Amino acid sequence: MVTAGLGTMDCPDAQQVEVREAALREAWAAWPEVASGRHAPPPIKADVRSLSFWYGKVQAVKSVSIPIADRRVTALIGPSGCGKTTLLRCFNRMHDLYRNTRYEGQIVLHPSGTDIIDRRVNPIEMRMRIGMVFQKPNPFPKSIFENVAFGLRMKGVRGRSEIADRVEAAIKAAALWDEVSDRLRKPAYDLSGGQQQRLCIARALATEPEMVLFDEPTSALDPVATARIEELVQSLKERVTVLIVTHNMQQAGRVSDFTAFMYLGEMVEFDRTEKVFQNPGKQLTEQYISGRFG
Amino acid sequence: MTPLERTIRFRRCQDAAFQVLGASLTVVALLVLGALVLDLAKTGLGRLSWSFLTSFPSRKAEQAGIASAIVGSFYVMIVTAFTAIPLGVAAGVYLEEYSRRNWFTAAIEINIANLAGVPSIVYGLMALSLFVYTFGLGESILAGGLTLALLILPIVIVATREALRSIPLHIREAAYAMGATRWQVVRHHLLPYSTGGIATGVIIALSRAIGETAPLITIGALTFIAFLPPTPLTPRPEEDGGGLYGPFEWLDSGFTVLPIQMFNWVSRPGEAFLANAAAAGIVLIVATLGLNALAIVVRSRMRRRIRW
Repeated sequence: MVTAGLGTMDCPDAQQVEVREAALREAWAAWPEVASGRHAPPPIKADVRSLSFWYGKVQAVKSVSIPIADRRVTALIGPSGCGKTTLLRCFNRMHDLYRNTRYEGQIVLHPSGTDIIDRRVNPIEMRMRIGMVFQKPNPFPKSIFENVAFGLRMKGVRGRSEIADRVEAAIKAAALWDEVSDRLRKPAYDLSGGQQQRLCIARALATEPEMVLFDEPTSALDPVATARIEELVQSLKERVTVLIVTHNMQQAGRVSDFTAFMYLGEMVEFDRTEKVFQNPGKQLTEQYISGRFG
Repeated sequence: MTPLERTIRFRRCQDAAFQVLGASLTVVALLVLGALVLDLAKTGLGRLSWSFLTSFPSRKAEQAGIASAIVGSFYVMIVTAFTAIPLGVAAGVYLEEYSRRNWFTAAIEINIANLAGVPSIVYGLMALSLFVYTFGLGESILAGGLTLALLILPIVIVATREALRSIPLHIREAAYAMGATRWQVVRHHLLPYSTGGIATGVIIALSRAIGETAPLITIGALTFIAFLPPTPLTPRPEEDGGGLYGPFEWLDSGFTVLPIQMFNWVSRPGEAFLANAAAAGIVLIVATLGLNALAIVVRSRMRRRIRW
């Protein structure tokens, strides 16, 4: 049984998708909103199937399978070095920039059915379709406007008014417009750290990606700026699928709908965030959540 | 006195001793430099005048000037800059951003570092056989400019690479994560952000080239030139066929440069020519200092504009 509209029919192993979709459905079924029929379960946006990744001879991700729900926030948590950032960076093929790296498995992006890590798929295409926000705010040393316009220019968007409109829309979507609308031509580095990070989110949103990856986006920010970013991440799921790596378990609890707990390169548990935090299925998860290691 | 106090006292003495030593050596170095400049000024300043700058060399010391040397230096620098900048920057970008790290690129890197240390007269010898004879460029401004370009090429390459390397990884990753190709990253990010560093390196390199004598003498730059290279698009004399000079005819002209003119005067007998040499030396030092000052201005302006 394959749900219509998922575009899974043309995938080679639709059966596998069904299994993972079942995991997602199961996770959702326990949610009262869904059980009472008020919400339909979300389709899968990206399907990670037995993904492994190597830095040289070191295997950092070990046969991980996770369904990423469409237009929901999925959090990757786990202690340092558990491979969560490595997994995240597989989604936009950032590892291709460095030598001696190797992927195995699949990440199938729906509805197009593209396997992100297929060698024949151009990493540049994936990076235009999947945006990324980094740990440390990293605006370009250009003006606020040019930072957001960059992705559009890369894409070959030429019209001045079209660029201006889309830049404005992206900055508004990143909840930054009121603070910068009168100084778009000023250097991005004049902004505060939290504003810079929201600018980076606007930059990622400007090209209207299908998915946005967040790599510990608040680890360099103060609590107030962190709260604003968290609020923003939550509001983003109306338009894009969000995958967020975080060190901060409270943050995962606050912003995400689903949580995957990783340990030593393996995926230990994937479930609805509420379930993972209140009633984890695995002992290891419970120990990590309660702060006994990590 | 406790042992602790004794060791602290000893170490403070060490500190003070080194400070005195360092300061006095710095003063010595500055004094020597100051004495050189003062001596030059004492000998040459009297000769420095508008007519000295605008006259051609002459058998009579008091009528001689450096017009042809100034113009020659200027033209040679133009050829050098237009050759060394594109070649050096392109090579630097390739080595830093495109090339894979293997034994071959490692060998190239070591060789570039070594080339920067090759004596300039060796470049002159190579240029004599390559540019002057093999390519048939003759003893021309083009041959001289290309020779100096080769000489400073390693400096430009190294400056470019250093400037690119100072751009933090997270900026590159941000650009690549937006779906930029390597060329787009270079064109829209790396080159604009490293312009300050590259320009500084280029200017320093040019200020070295402007003072070079040996390689130009080797390729046969003349020491006595009483004419200027043909200015582009100015009338050609009737006896030479008339019409206008072409835009690139100056490249083929014979030339002299400031340090060669100095060398010529120093090797002549007589106090008066020595004064001429000193005056030309002052002009050369001012040109070099001017270039270095420009480098400092460029660097500080870029630093203010670009932060991360």
